[in-house]
Amino acid sequence: MTRAAIVLIVVAVTGPALPLVVWSVSHGWWFPSVLPDGFSLRAWNYVFQSDAGVFTALFTSLGIAVAVTLITMLLGVPAGRALGMHSFPGRRAAEFLLLAPIIVPGLAVFMGVHIFFIRIGLVDTALGVIIAQLLPCLPYMTVIMSGVFANYEREAEQQARCLGARSFQVFLHITLPAIMPGIVTGGLFVFLVSWSQYVLTLLVGGGRVITLPLLLFSFAQSGDHAIAAALSLVFVLPAIVVLVVTSRYISGTSPALGGMGRI
Amino acid sequence: MTRVTLEKITKRYASSGVHAVKDLSLTIEPGTLLCLLGPSGCGKTTTLKILAGLTEPDAGKVFFDSENVTSVKPERRGAVMVFQNHLLFPFMNVAENVGFGLRMRGEAPAKVQTKVREMLRLLQLDGMDKRKPSELSGGQRQRVSLARALVVRPRVLLLDEPLSNLDQHLRDEMRDLILRMKERLEVTTLFVTHDQQEAAVLSDRIALMFGGVIRQTGESRDFYERPAGLDVAAFFGNRNVVSGVKRGRKVETVLGTLSVSNLPDVPDGPVSVVVRPEAIEFGKTGENTFNVEVKRSVYMGTHIRHQVYFYDNEWDIVAPSGSAQPSAGEHIAIRLPPEKIWLIAQ
Repeated sequence: MTRAAIVLIVVAVTGPALPLVVWSVSHGWWFPSVLPDGFSLRAWNYVFQSDAGVFTALFTSLGIAVAVTLITMLLGVPAGRALGMHSFPGRRAAEFLLLAPIIVPGLAVFMGVHIFFIRIGLVDTALGVIIAQLLPCLPYMTVIMSGVFANYEREAEQQARCLGARSFQVFLHITLPAIMPGIVTGGLFVFLVSWSQYVLTLLVGGGRVITLPLLLFSFAQSGDHAIAAALSLVFVLPAIVVLVVTSRYISGTSPALGGMGRI
Repeated sequence: MTRVTLEKITKRYASSGVHAVKDLSLTIEPGTLLCLLGPSGCGKTTTLKILAGLTEPDAGKVFFDSENVTSVKPERRGAVMVFQNHLLFPFMNVAENVGFGLRMRGEAPAKVQTKVREMLRLLQLDGMDKRKPSELSGGQRQRVSLARALVVRPRVLLLDEPLSNLDQHLRDEMRDLILRMKERLEVTTLFVTHDQQEAAVLSDRIALMFGGVIRQTGESRDFYERPAGLDVAAFFGNRNVVSGVKRGRKVETVLGTLSVSNLPDVPDGPVSVVVRPEAIEFGKTGENTFNVEVKRSVYMGTHIRHQVYFYDNEWDIVAPSGSAQPSAGEHIAIRLPPEKIWLIAQ
């Protein structure tokens, strides 16, 4: 059952990419022809050419996505714990404020961020892009983790402590394994949100921080379908790799999914 | 073996400011089992967690022997708690669960393995090492939980209603196991329960707790035969109470004049007369004999419980089911043996 689900997911994700594969190796493919005019590796040659900037953009994208994922984990896990396990004055307000960036239309939020970032000199830098991307990413991580912690038995930690485990041992041996599925699921979400971010990167990065989506858009607009298709495949690949690697955590009945109901 | 002393422990709930525990002082003698008995919400578990170091008291001190451990962290205290819900770590197998405490203390793997195996054998869990907690029955889980606590050789063992999630027959089995372990490993034990029978069977001493305060301490017999108050008598299942006025060795009641031979430290004046249901005798004549009406009789297997009625009072009488029994509606004579009558000052 689980295997079948994974196969289904992989097919659903890769299926739409099939025409892209054809496009990327065709010489030209115009209406009304059913098949491409001819075979050509021009697009792939261009992509793998070092001065095309594809690899630079790939690594920029990857670096930003990984950094954003790690930072949201560091912030989102404690925040989710606080929201999921403790009741304190203003908890509802905190939850709402946290979700606000994904409730309010992105462009409105990002324009505000942009003005603010200009003032403090964070525009046109990768650091600025990373910080800005935390806005749409942190809510996912925090909401998922608060769901995980709401179902979490805190007494397990107390049990571990009185058996002789020090604080960091408790975290390492008890807390971490229990919340791992949630961290993986949240991390996957955040990675993908960051990976496919276009508007925010364009605004805050000011065209100087070139990520893969930016490059892809410019080729899609320029009308070179073959190169756009090849780039799309390069763009989709890491997402599929991440999904497959983490699929064992998000198929099945992992408690991490308990958090999803609260979105 | 460790002597545990609680000295004037007070703890309020942060949210409401209500006392969970108030001015509680208690001593557990080395190697004995003390039952902390009380209805739910009376502060038993809070007391247990204060002993374990998982909750910090607002005031008061905790001593293990002469050492003040009040501010010692739980991981350095040597007081291990077994929770009501076994709390086995689900991603570890039985052997890993039991060895957890030893591993955290940095003991050598070979040594851990030996100790774990020995403890598993002691608790009749041989051959279960590789099983996951999800593959165990409720009783086995609770035994693994106990093994995990005992294997670190705690100075104090804290049991928080470990039997209440088990079926009746498993409960008896587990109770015997706890008694055997306590005797074998000579560990000072505090056992928390709301079940007075469980407390009576298991403990060397009982401390009865109501509303964050200790009401009475003693052996189980004391609670049945010499309750400190009507609330204690009621908690131990006795509602046979009648008001009276004590004058020397006589008590005037609606039943007539009672002779009392067993004279507690109660001054002359208004008193409550308490008699255990099983102490009352049928069909006798002479001193302390009265007529009552049998209202209802309930067959309980080993005994029969009669509800009898006199002057607006309803009492219970328990008699062995083998003997001759009165039937409902009958007027019978009952006798309250003078030595079995207990008086509580009003």
